[in-house]
Amino acid sequence: MRALTALLVVAVLLGVVWLGAGVAGWHAFFGVAVPYAAVLIFLIGIVWRVVTWARSPVPFRIPTTCGQQRSLDWIPSSTLENPHDGWGVTRRMALEVLLFRSLFRNTRTELTPTKRLVYESDRYLWVAALAFHWSFLVIFLRHLRFFLQPVPQLVTFLESVDGFFQLAVPTLFLSDVLILAALLYLLGRRLLNRQLRYISLPADYFALFLLLAVAITGVLMRYVTKVDLVAAKELAMGLVTFSPKVPTVIGTPFYIHIFFVSVLFAYFPFSKLTHMAGIFLSPTRNLANNNRKRRHVNPWNPEVEVHTYAQWEEDFHDKLVAAGIPLDKE
Amino acid sequence: MYDGGKIITGLLVFLILVTVPVWFNAATHAQARAPQLKLPEGATACVEPTAEMRATHMELLNRWRNAAVRSDERFFTMPDGKVYEKSLSLTCLKCHDNKEEFCDRCHNYLAVSPYCWDCHVEPKGGRS
Ligand code: HEC
Ligand code: HEC
Ligand code: HEC
Ligand code: HEM
Repeated sequence: MRALTALLVVAVLLGVVWLGAGVAGWHAFFGVAVPYAAVLIFLIGIVWRVVTWARSPVPFRIPTTCGQQRSLDWIPSSTLENPHDGWGVTRRMALEVLLFRSLFRNTRTELTPTKRLVYESDRYLWVAALAFHWSFLVIFLRHLRFFLQPVPQLVTFLESVDGFFQLAVPTLFLSDVLILAALLYLLGRRLLNRQLRYISLPADYFALFLLLAVAITGVLMRYVTKVDLVAAKELAMGLVTFSPKVPTVIGTPFYIHIFFVSVLFAYFPFSKLTHMAGIFLSPTRNLANNNRKRRHVNPWNPEVEVHTYAQWEEDFHDKLVAAGIPLDKE
Repeated sequence: MYDGGKIITGLLVFLILVTVPVWFNAATHAQARAPQLKLPEGATACVEPTAEMRATHMELLNRWRNAAVRSDERFFTMPDGKVYEKSLSLTCLKCHDNKEEFCDRCHNYLAVSPYCWDCHVEPKGGRS
């Protein structure tokens, strides 16, 4: 049901752009105004998100300790699991961002038919997540061919690696296959696993359906419906050189594709997708576990008036001496 | 803001990366203009309507290839009665004899690099 709600929203979006760009022919609106607005919302949204996070105090280090903390020199410490300095944190963060290291520990809980509770490691989610994110990145970078003139070597290189098997014409990109397979797996996982279906919200499905819509329209455009790419690049270049231009010959599939992309960008900062920025600010990942080495003062602690023993001794100096109580000072 | 220095640096790096197309094109003085193609002088029409060719010529080539290589159907007749051989080098490049200023110019604009020329003979320079 919640999946249907999300699917319905995507269908409505499709209807909007179909009617707007396809039937009514508002190409300047869907080709220029909407993308500009979406990118603006994306940029401002992300900055706003990060600033709100940065304003929340982190009173002490929140280590997730999966390894030996650094203590005495002769006890080997696990600098990656339990880093004690900036360098260790940088390495842990890099592995997290590039390889999703903590997702590798994903486990699954199941009740066997004999009512026994078993836990097993579940790496499929990790594999699918890696496949999805890396192919998304490759596709994103390959799209720079529409936005840069001349097209840099990096993009051409990615294309040649991605089309390594030289299958079909136009050359089949592996990232296209991977992103669709990964997204379908991630969707199937939510739909078929009972526990996951129970905790999945429309927002979870919406992100997946939206990404699927973007990928499917792109793939259809490349391999099936075809599009005049010269005109598509003219439009894209017009956007990034701030001299928008709307060629008349690009078909509706192109507008559907960039409308879904625009919705994705505009939705990004306000959804769970902001984990792209959030991962860098996760306290359990980006803080060195040096609680025992350094004192971390809670930033909202009120100013406490302290009266130390030394001061107290000073106050009652004469009385203490008279009573024959030994003084620290001497 | 806590750790303001690091966070603002991170945000700046993010903003610079995301807006690369803007800086890059400003630096190269790129314009939203399609490449100038050198069209064949002798002929007036392609084997299919121009707009169609622009988007689907690679599919046409693929169909031709499969027909020629697999079913040995090497010729096709245009609606106006002209007969062409289904051939990459002998047909396309006979009219479009200047590969550099036609096929390549367009492909470079969009970073497309057909691997056909690994095997098929590539005409040298602007033969006329
Ligand atoms: C109007 C610009 C334009 C012209 C002119 C042009 N092409 Fe293309 N060609 C393209 C684009 C754009 C693609 C990539 C299509 C895609 O990625 O969906 C392409 C793709 C191809 C492909 C498939 C490559 C692949 O691996 O995906 C072949 C083969 C091809 N062109 C051959 C030719 C030949 C031969 C000529 C000259 C006779 C030519 N093209 C002229 C724009 C052009
Ligand atoms: C009879 C000569 C002839 C043959 C053979 C021919 N073309 Fe063309 N082609 C032309 C002409 C003339 C034009 C320009 C038509 C126009 O200006 O409307 C053209 C246009 C094109 C365009 C669109 C260029 C643009 O303006 O964007 C492409 C792409 C193209 N041809 C590719 C091919 C390919 C690939 C083949 C082989 C399958 C081929 N042509 C075979 C004569 C030919
Ligand atoms: C591995 C080498 C190789 C590559 C790469 C290759 N071809 Fe071919 N092609 C051949 C051979 C061999 C023939 C058979 C020639 C014959 O039977 O006349 C052929 C025949 C053809 C034919 C029909 C005959 C003719 O004279 O052209 C077409 C059309 C064709 N290829 C198009 C393409 C296109 C388009 C590409 C790029 C997407 C391509 N080929 C890539 C080897 C290759
Ligand atoms: C996050 C953003 C985007 C994603 C995930 C995405 C995804 C895809 C995918 C998977 C394809 C299939 C072919 C390929 O992989 O190259 C594709 C094709 C395409 N996309 Fe996108 N896209 C995005 C943004 C854009 C934008 C902003 C434009 C505007 C210019 C655009 C224009 C196109 C065009 C014209 C094609 C057809 C390419 C071809 O025929 O070779 N896309 N897209």
